[in-house]
Amino acid sequence: MFSFQQWAAQIHSFLLEKTGTYTLLIECIIIGLLAISLFAILGLVLVLMERKVAAHIQIRLGPNRVGPSGMLQTVADTLKLLMKEGLVPRLADKFLFNLAPFLVMMVAMMLLAPIAFARGLQIWDINIGVLYITAVSSVSVIGVMMAGWSSNNKFAMLGAMRSGAQIVSYELSAGFSILCIVVLSGSLQISDIIASQETGWWLFRGHIPALIAFVIYIIAVTAETNRAPFDLAEAESELTAGFHTEYSGMRFALFFLAEYINIFIVCALGATLFLGGWMPLHIAYWDGFNHLMDWIPSSVWFMGKTFFLIFLIMWFRWTFPRLRVDQLLNLEWKYLLPIGLFNLLLVTWIAIKGWHF
Amino acid sequence: MFIKEYIKEVYHGVNSLLKGMKKTGYYFFHPSEIITQQYPDNRHELKLPERFRGEVVMAHDDNNEHACTGCTACELACPNGTIKIITKMDVTPEGKKKKALDTFIYHLELCTMCNLCIEACPTDAIQMAQTFEHSVYDRNKLTKKLNQPNSKIREGVE
Repeated sequence: MFSFQQWAAQIHSFLLEKTGTYTLLIECIIIGLLAISLFAILGLVLVLMERKVAAHIQIRLGPNRVGPSGMLQTVADTLKLLMKEGLVPRLADKFLFNLAPFLVMMVAMMLLAPIAFARGLQIWDINIGVLYITAVSSVSVIGVMMAGWSSNNKFAMLGAMRSGAQIVSYELSAGFSILCIVVLSGSLQISDIIASQETGWWLFRGHIPALIAFVIYIIAVTAETNRAPFDLAEAESELTAGFHTEYSGMRFALFFLAEYINIFIVCALGATLFLGGWMPLHIAYWDGFNHLMDWIPSSVWFMGKTFFLIFLIMWFRWTFPRLRVDQLLNLEWKYLLPIGLFNLLLVTWIAIKGWHF
Repeated sequence: MFIKEYIKEVYHGVNSLLKGMKKTGYYFFHPSEIITQQYPDNRHELKLPERFRGEVVMAHDDNNEHACTGCTACELACPNGTIKIITKMDVTPEGKKKKALDTFIYHLELCTMCNLCIEACPTDAIQMAQTFEHSVYDRNKLTKKLNQPNSKIREGVE
């Protein structure tokens, strides 16, 4: 059967034969190029998807002029952004101002490493994969703060401060709901977590506590990626555009792209933890059904689950009104965090007693 | 009790959020609800709302008769002087003198489609039409004469 692992092994042996000592370097370059092209494609697809979903939820048609039913709209937008002039405000801190979008982008790229896209298609199967993702994802707040501070603009500063408060507080509940699955599967390694879901996804096997953890995870990552209803950092009616008010041209595009890449990554992690990653839908003892599900390629499973979660987050954005700052912090510290803590206790109890399926 | 209130609050919050998502989800999965009209493409089958206001017109029947008595109620009702009515004195067959409409001048370039003239008209002589493609190269073309030449008031309209 078709397998990415075989491909990778073949390419590796081919390169080893041809180039010898430079193999590692060449492989790194290939992976980097693949990651960058994935980013470009994801950016185009997700922005178009967002606009189409938004339009249909608001009973509109959305982009429908460029290309067949508007498919090339985002390509045209990207070309426009590439040709625009990138302005730097006169009193801005030029070094940090130019560095911030690349930092945000770099963090998004680093997060890509431990994600398993299909059976055997994983850049770096590190044994603390989940910890790595939670640790690195919080670095992006530094980029946001940098952008807000260096633009020398009060709106940008306010947006960056809000974003800081928000990401720091919501990371806690996201962490607790991730811990629930780590407790159930007994490993921090992404491949182990996926392998532990061979007989069923944790969302179903972990009873109601897993479901609560899933809901908390979705809410927390929506806040962490600064999306509506938690888009206080760039609340356009209050702060024009928040931390990227002063950015234009390609630097703005990088912030925009990083937002969508972050959504993709948190949704991919959510799909990995709760919905089994690339693992097909298996129900214990239904062998015929399981065989049928195995016929669907693992990459299709992974992308399907991830895009389902992305759709869910987009659905939130176009349904719910934005929270006020105090409501945002209330939701985290008075509701999500206590419920998450109690939930973790329940999950641990279930895991110790072995009550999960 | 505190815990009871807390759980109730969470329940109500989740419930109302789900209600909103149900509505938007319904719209997402029912494209037939879309109200956008792709205007220049569907010019011939364009569906305008019944109360859409495009311009003021005066209805004439087959005998070239209208219902305007020249009372100038519309002219007085108009907030920005869009309408100018010129009246004349007609002599009825019995030999009595009677005020009648000579020219109904309508400045489309000044009109805001506020509908006040139509509401003011006691005899329903003028209506709002659904045409909206009014652009012309000469602004004089926007000053319109609403009553047709040689038209007269319909019998029995006072």
